[in-house]
Amino acid sequence: MAAPAFEPELTDADVRPGQHTWVHAIVRWLFITVSLTFLAALLLAPLATVFAMAFARGLIPYLSSFADPDTAAAVRLTLTTAAVVVPVNTLFGLAAAWAIAKFEFHGKSILITLIDLPLAISPVISGMVFVLLFGLHGWFGLWLQEHDISIVFALPGIMLATMFVTFPYVARELIPLMQQLGNDEEEAAITLGAGGWLTFFRVTLPKIRWGLAYGVILCNARAMGEFGAVSVVSGHIRGLTNTMPLDIEILYNQYDFVGAFAVASLLTLLAVLTLVVKTLVERTGYQRR
Amino acid sequence: MSFRQPSVLPGFGLTLGFTTFFLSAIVLLPLAALVAAAGSMHAKDLLHVVLSARAIGSYKLSFGASLLAASINLVFGFVIAWTLTRYEFPGRKLIDALIDMPFALPTAVSGIALTTVFAQNGWIGRYLEPLGIKVAYTWLGVTVALTLISMPFSVRALQPALLEVQRDLEDAAETLGATRLYAFRRIILPTVLPALLTGFTLSFARAVGEYGSVIFIAGNLPMKTEITPLLIVIHLEEFDYQGAAALGLVMLLMSFAVLLTINLLQAWGRRRLVRTGR
Repeated sequence: MAAPAFEPELTDADVRPGQHTWVHAIVRWLFITVSLTFLAALLLAPLATVFAMAFARGLIPYLSSFADPDTAAAVRLTLTTAAVVVPVNTLFGLAAAWAIAKFEFHGKSILITLIDLPLAISPVISGMVFVLLFGLHGWFGLWLQEHDISIVFALPGIMLATMFVTFPYVARELIPLMQQLGNDEEEAAITLGAGGWLTFFRVTLPKIRWGLAYGVILCNARAMGEFGAVSVVSGHIRGLTNTMPLDIEILYNQYDFVGAFAVASLLTLLAVLTLVVKTLVERTGYQRR
Repeated sequence: MSFRQPSVLPGFGLTLGFTTFFLSAIVLLPLAALVAAAGSMHAKDLLHVVLSARAIGSYKLSFGASLLAASINLVFGFVIAWTLTRYEFPGRKLIDALIDMPFALPTAVSGIALTTVFAQNGWIGRYLEPLGIKVAYTWLGVTVALTLISMPFSVRALQPALLEVQRDLEDAAETLGATRLYAFRRIILPTVLPALLTGFTLSFARAVGEYGSVIFIAGNLPMKTEITPLLIVIHLEEFDYQGAAALGLVMLLMSFAVLLTINLLQAWGRRRLVRTGR
């Protein structure tokens, strides 16, 4: 039983006992192999499949699937939704982080738990609550119908459900970051006579910009990719209330695999971009929780 | 003022006011509607929906597959976190960044991609087929999807805990004649135990509510491969809002129980750290 060829690095492995025995080498080899196999089967194979299926018939069918008017409408709807939801949730995240990280008050931990609540809730429930509020048999259903306002099965419902689901992301990035950075510089700015807004834009914002950037882009990725909650409130009207993830479902169920995976490839690229930004942000030295 | 400690910084009223207002409007009021809708049912009707054979079948699948997925992630999450924190190998940074992929990848995309990979003619499914293992459109497929989407929670909970393990204690144990297994059991495991349990609970919580990735791979047969969130959607599509709300309430209570468990586990972990003087 020979040890596999393995060159120990001249690092702390040499000064640690029991680090170049064959048992250690085998364990190391085993751990790395198991990890890589697990991730390859569960993560890399599906990712590669998205692109393999999207380009299964070549570049032209891939590109022409975006020319489909319903798919184009889905892309537009997703962009519109994100354009409203992400800024609103960013504003909320900044306000929540300022209140929670800069001040000590009673009930703070309850407030943090409540902000995290949407993360623990099934997306189906996140969508359903808006149907219960604004649907025909919901609390405000009759009133809305009398005034000819549609929320459920229309754009406002999709936006509300998306807002609910992506609600915590910016706040969750900013709260620990701002707590870690402390209040000293802001307090100095205020005592030297700067106003609140000036302090925020000139002192706080530059300090938190990388964390904010990651929070915003993660919120954006989740907003564009949300499926369950939006599926419940959207009504699945092709060309009108179908977002990109819902369009994927419809195309897939119609056996239009090139079309489904073409749309999926766009969302996959968005996810990759999100991870690239995250890696860049972490390189600036800021450690996430 | 006793509600908050004094501070020279401005904006407390504005930001806290906006936060609580927005939180109430977007999250708390809608959730209240859910509780009210379920609460307005007669107890008998409520129990009839919640305890129907189909609902119980869906709980078994949702909770069973989620427990299995969280257990798989307990083992493989530990192996991956250990590999990423202890070993240096080419591509380690890339793998580390990829762990977060299921966070960022839309669930519909993971759903159709996993189904394609594990279908009978898929890249992996074709090798499992001769062995008599069917993954797509069975409960196994549900478990695979839930394992994928909850994997990052387990790995990310464990990584910081593994970095905290004091290597000098391990070295001391080894020089004193302890075997690797003994050192693992007595030094590493106690340090990472709270993180292991937190990762398990977070994975479970994420898996129980999952909808998007599962409905593609599950086959969605009532009593067999129908998860609870799908059953809620079916009730909604039949305009049975109360039935949907009743099932939603069951899942909501489950989420609260899990959140409570996580908080207790984290408090326990912190107390242990304080007690051991770190």
